[in-house]
Amino acid sequence: MAVITYLEAIRSAMQDEMQRDENVFVLGEDVGKGGVLNATKGLRDLYGESRVLDTPLAESAIVGTAIGAAMYGMKPIAEIQFADFIFPATNQIISEAAKIRYRSNNDWSCPIVIRAPYGAAGGGAIYHSQCPESVFFGTPGLKMVAPSNPYDAKGLLLAAIRDPDPVLYFEHKKCYLSLSAEVPEGDYIVPIGKAEVKREGTDLTVIAYGIAVHYALQAAEELAKEGISAHVLDLRTIQPLDVEAILEAAAKTGKVLIAHEDNKTGGIGAEVAAIVAEELLYDLDAPIRRLCGPDAPAVGMNPPMEKFFLLNTDKLADAMRELAQF
Amino acid sequence: MSIGQYVKHQQLGLSDERVIQMYTSMLLARKFDERSLLLQRSGKIAFHVSGVGQEAAQAGAAYALDAEKDYFLPYYRDYAFVLSVGMTMKELMLSVFAKAEDPNSGGRQMPGHFGHRKHRIVTGSSPVTTQVPHAVGIALAAKMKGDELVSFVTFGEGSSNQGDFHEGCNFAGVHKLPVILMCENNRYAISVPHHKQVAGNIADRAIGYGFPGVKVDGNDPLEVYRVVKEARERALRGEGPTLIEADLYRVPPHSTSDNDLLYRTKEEVEENRAKDGLPKFRQYLIDCGIWSEEKDQELLTAIQQEINEATAYADAAPYPTGEDTLKHVYAEA
Repeated sequence: MAVITYLEAIRSAMQDEMQRDENVFVLGEDVGKGGVLNATKGLRDLYGESRVLDTPLAESAIVGTAIGAAMYGMKPIAEIQFADFIFPATNQIISEAAKIRYRSNNDWSCPIVIRAPYGAAGGGAIYHSQCPESVFFGTPGLKMVAPSNPYDAKGLLLAAIRDPDPVLYFEHKKCYLSLSAEVPEGDYIVPIGKAEVKREGTDLTVIAYGIAVHYALQAAEELAKEGISAHVLDLRTIQPLDVEAILEAAAKTGKVLIAHEDNKTGGIGAEVAAIVAEELLYDLDAPIRRLCGPDAPAVGMNPPMEKFFLLNTDKLADAMRELAQF
Repeated sequence: MSIGQYVKHQQLGLSDERVIQMYTSMLLARKFDERSLLLQRSGKIAFHVSGVGQEAAQAGAAYALDAEKDYFLPYYRDYAFVLSVGMTMKELMLSVFAKAEDPNSGGRQMPGHFGHRKHRIVTGSSPVTTQVPHAVGIALAAKMKGDELVSFVTFGEGSSNQGDFHEGCNFAGVHKLPVILMCENNRYAISVPHHKQVAGNIADRAIGYGFPGVKVDGNDPLEVYRVVKEARERALRGEGPTLIEADLYRVPPHSTSDNDLLYRTKEEVEENRAKDGLPKFRQYLIDCGIWSEEKDQELLTAIQQEINEATAYADAAPYPTGEDTLKHVYAEA
């Protein structure tokens, strides 16, 4: 097994699946040259410009034409250059892709993948850093995944491409080059809808996705030295949520901290908290806590505001320690 | 007409039989529309949105396409169109009664939201013009696969102001895709008249996208047939999209929930009703010597019977169950 980055894992999933299935193709702005974030680098040389298709700069058309192609039998991967720019395509995603199977009573389907590089990676300011997942969360018919590491990045993307329904694939830009891990060269999938316990613990449970998982694991390592044992659940799929795994992880310790970079109000964490409260309220030993981005639009360009907005290992460790000591 | 002179439909390559079929589709749609209005007014169905006055353009276009190959993305007034490419009266009636057996949506969507995969009628929604990028994507996929076909999409002049129209046209123009875009310009977007929707011609917009735009008399099915046929030939030659603007008039109110006399006069409506393409086309067929009042009466009787049977069937057909709400959100595992 080779050690590759999160970004290489994403590229390798696309490359492998394009090799395997001639109906798979990539479309988006600047994808031909490799994309502004390099996710599609080298793919045009391998598969030609019709399968690594540079589109006009128009997000609704990128998603809308992908939907049309999918209804014809293709398996399009639409790249939104930055998740911040997904909103012009929101009508196509929510009114169209998500409802095509349902509104046609299972006559038509829409197997598209929309890759959305999200989250702050430093210096991206308000419009190159957002986490838009809560806008789409709760839309029946959509699936949403957010891998936290290279292995899941490849396995979830392969699962997303093969999925018969539309999948929003949120790839955290800060993970691109900062995370490397052993990733199998061959074919495997990480099943959509399955969370994973990343660390077993007994004092408190952290439920997170994306880069917050990484911070939680680092914080758990620190807290272990203080004698605090943290249980960490990586949601991996944020819609549909793995309710069974959430309840099991919450029940394990009776203390739940939910962490994500997206804004606190109306975020995925609110739903996770509601699920735990509905099923396990009387088994809890402390109020459910959330550690999320504040309810401000996104990170500022200047370092103090960026630092204030974002999660990090220290913030996780503080919140985890406080909850463990409740 | 002098003996031996080719009549227009023959010059266009349409047999007598085909033009009579075209007329039949138009009449079928008109009678479906009239029945649906009655059903709504008598409380049997909840809603109806009419296509009266637009049948000529719809049937003219449909007969120029390949009903066995092409992909169709109609908008909500296209009854004559869908009836021309394979939808049956019974299926339309199942849709207006919102019954489980409705092939468009299983009773989930409002009437006029077409979809029938067997006939490549692509499922549509209510937010307008979202179907334009879909048509472009289908044409893109067909081109990638090397399949010889076109996608055909319709919309109103109000809808043509949506960004999806522009984004779709531009994409199709850049990639020279086999897509035909037809605006059924019926002069009103609910209550807002043409001059408050657009300052110029819809067809002229095509220039900016790098493909031809054609304005055509939407009350003349043979003219619409001609321009759609030419557009289809262009598309198959690899020359890319065509935008067609069919000029016509929405004779009824927007829907059964609209009172059109709040924003237009009876005189205006009557003036335009006189331009109705349906009786003119019947007269054309009679003038050609291939149709007669007797044949028309026979056809009307047959259509009434077909509609009666379809209505009775759809009325008696079962609804989906409440629990069907939970089906098909995702593919069943």
